[in-house]
Amino acid sequence: MATEVLMPALSPTMEEGTLAKWLVKEGDEVTSGQIIAEIETDKATMEFEAVDEGTVGKLLVAEGASGVKVNTPIMVLVEEGESADDLPAPKADPAPEAPSETPAQAPASAPAQAAAPLEVTSKASADWPEGTEMKTMSVREALREAMAEEMRTDETVFLMGEEVGEYQGAYKVSQGLLDEFGAKRVLDTPITEHGFTGIGVGAAFGGLRPIVEFMTFNFAMQAIDQIINSAAKTLYMSGGQMGCPIVFRGANGAAARVGAQHSQDYAAWYAQIPGMRVVMPYSAADAKGLLKTAIRDPNPVIFLENEILYGRSFEVPVLDDFTIPFGKARIWREGTDLTLVSFGIGMAHTLAAADKLAEEGISAEVIDLRTLRPLDYDTVLASVMKTNRCVTVEEGWPVASIGNHLSAVIMERAFDYLDAPVINCTGKDVPMPYAANLEKLALITSDEVVAAAKRVCYR
Amino acid sequence: MATRKTLEAPAPKRPNVSKDELLQYYRDMLLIRRFEEKAGQLYGMGLIGGFCHLYIGQEAVVVGLEAAAKEGDKRITSYRDHGHMLACGMDPKGVMAELTGREGGLSKGKGGSMHMFSKEKHFYGGHGIVGAQVPLGAGLAFADRYFGNDNVTFTYFGDGAANQGQVYETFNMAALWKLPVVFVIENNQYAMGTSQKRSTSTPDIYTRGGAFGIPGEIVDGMDVLAVKAASEKAVAHCRAGDGPYILEVKTYRYRGHSMSDPAKYRSREEVQKMRDERDAIENVRELLLSGGHATDDDLKSIDREIKAVVNEAAEFAKTSPEPGVDELWTDITA
Repeated sequence: MATEVLMPALSPTMEEGTLAKWLVKEGDEVTSGQIIAEIETDKATMEFEAVDEGTVGKLLVAEGASGVKVNTPIMVLVEEGESADDLPAPKADPAPEAPSETPAQAPASAPAQAAAPLEVTSKASADWPEGTEMKTMSVREALREAMAEEMRTDETVFLMGEEVGEYQGAYKVSQGLLDEFGAKRVLDTPITEHGFTGIGVGAAFGGLRPIVEFMTFNFAMQAIDQIINSAAKTLYMSGGQMGCPIVFRGANGAAARVGAQHSQDYAAWYAQIPGMRVVMPYSAADAKGLLKTAIRDPNPVIFLENEILYGRSFEVPVLDDFTIPFGKARIWREGTDLTLVSFGIGMAHTLAAADKLAEEGISAEVIDLRTLRPLDYDTVLASVMKTNRCVTVEEGWPVASIGNHLSAVIMERAFDYLDAPVINCTGKDVPMPYAANLEKLALITSDEVVAAAKRVCYR
Repeated sequence: MATRKTLEAPAPKRPNVSKDELLQYYRDMLLIRRFEEKAGQLYGMGLIGGFCHLYIGQEAVVVGLEAAAKEGDKRITSYRDHGHMLACGMDPKGVMAELTGREGGLSKGKGGSMHMFSKEKHFYGGHGIVGAQVPLGAGLAFADRYFGNDNVTFTYFGDGAANQGQVYETFNMAALWKLPVVFVIENNQYAMGTSQKRSTSTPDIYTRGGAFGIPGEIVDGMDVLAVKAASEKAVAHCRAGDGPYILEVKTYRYRGHSMSDPAKYRSREEVQKMRDERDAIENVRELLLSGGHATDDDLKSIDREIKAVVNEAAEFAKTSPEPGVDELWTDITA
């Protein structure tokens, strides 16, 4: 049967082109793969190959013709004993249907849905039953316990990273794990973040549950392509077939006097990525409960710790299997005059500020977000709708910060409840300086939080 | 460490190969070629969008490698991935419908040409970032070693990716931890438009493995039997627990880097010479005919079968509907 050969699209953006040159003439035999024409696209001159075999029955477009629309018949191929006239009425393959105009609906939890809700219910609730026995534990110990407990119950969980094994952890978080679990499950890696992160992600595709420790998250920038492009996007790109259960954890943000390259807070960076879970605990109980949840989660989790907090102690419930779900903020203290929202080490400054404010007769409600993706918008909104004022507090830089995002969500969904603009307290917009006095100035302080709180209260 | 073979002088000795095997390789390679020609055509018609990297010319590489694989072995590659998917038995309809971005595609239309996966066939992508699949492949091998089985992971990358730093980070750890991974360097001589001479300090890339103690060799990628023999050797090395192995398979892509590449960095004569003198499919065709394993008619009937399979795939890819709008919000997290 005679076949029409159509003007091809030869680039992602081509709509029409010039038939620069025919390399065959009527009556020629054509084999598949043979170059039959040169076609000028919007970018270049391309060679055009035949797919089907046959004899050139007719050239329908003259050499040199410009503005030939994609999918216009340009040639007729015939089989033995046919002529071009045998071709049925010209009929190009239908172009793909235009994408549907129906706007896709975002899931109800996404912040993009702007309709002002009339009712928002806080999700914050107690994380353990009243009367539970408590013990005092450092954040470091809590993280270690979480890993050890999960490694005891699931043999596919293993820890990899620099100095996690024989050195017992650069910050001693993994101390003792090598002794208990052996070198197969507590794996010392060379200093090669890009490579070992990729190997960790591949191991997760292959059925394991890796915990990848970055000595600090500053070094994870070497590996961020594997974290985002390979770990976070593959479930979507595979239509749901290929998940990546992996935890990336380590110290994040400023420590003390380590300078610009070792002092960055990555909370806002990772919180932007769909497909990722992002956790940034403050207390030891949250560190433990959330890390256990992270290890069990079927998705890639960024778990942002803090060197200064490692040594701080908190009360942790003594429970056989204590976990905290993602997407649930914690209300540290209730208040009526304004809402302070923070996470991670920002909570230390925020709680100190709340104490100072109380002394001055200002009652601050303090919310610890704990997880940044998914983020517990409802608890924040419910609080702001009660107090009508909000200050956000974080260590990271001011541009495109978590505070910026929260301000936008509050404006979209609780605009009428606001009695003052939301203020974002952040680290200063500078690389972290080394000098002690300058470093202090670059970081967020509780006094700055107090000042912002007074401004939104017009005091 | 390595046995040297060159493209110009393929090994004259043929491994002992059965008629059925030869016919299978012929079929498998022809399926890839016809599928890719059809994909090129659908791209030309606007039915396939974005980037589309065809495998035409390189068919013997993946078919020869797969000939040494057993159930449970894994494979991972770059964005030039259609051939790998067909060779490991993924459904041509699902692959083609993914190219057209339809509901019936292997990723429900959400991945595209460069991002397809099959848990069932142990195909782990389809990766669009040059070189990223190399540590991922070593990670898959790491998992198999952890589970204590004897599976092997075929990790494919090109001569272009061979200049990415993460490849050598991976070589180091794969050798250190004796990971069962066959690194297959598909050296088609051009990293997009940059020839190997202009981009790569070492003429034979596999020699870089020597710095890490990884054995390797050059393989004639236009000869499916040579690829199969090398693959068997590499796989045996990995299964024995001796760590990774590198195969630098010298091959050639007939088409441009992607559909929108005019390929002005090489001459038409260079391409035509490879097609005329070294084509892997013609090579097997001649073996079948000269060995009396098949007649012209037998091969014509195989051609017709393959054409029917490809046409069916194309028809499916055109008629499968676009994904439902709800799919925008699914599969983001598990």
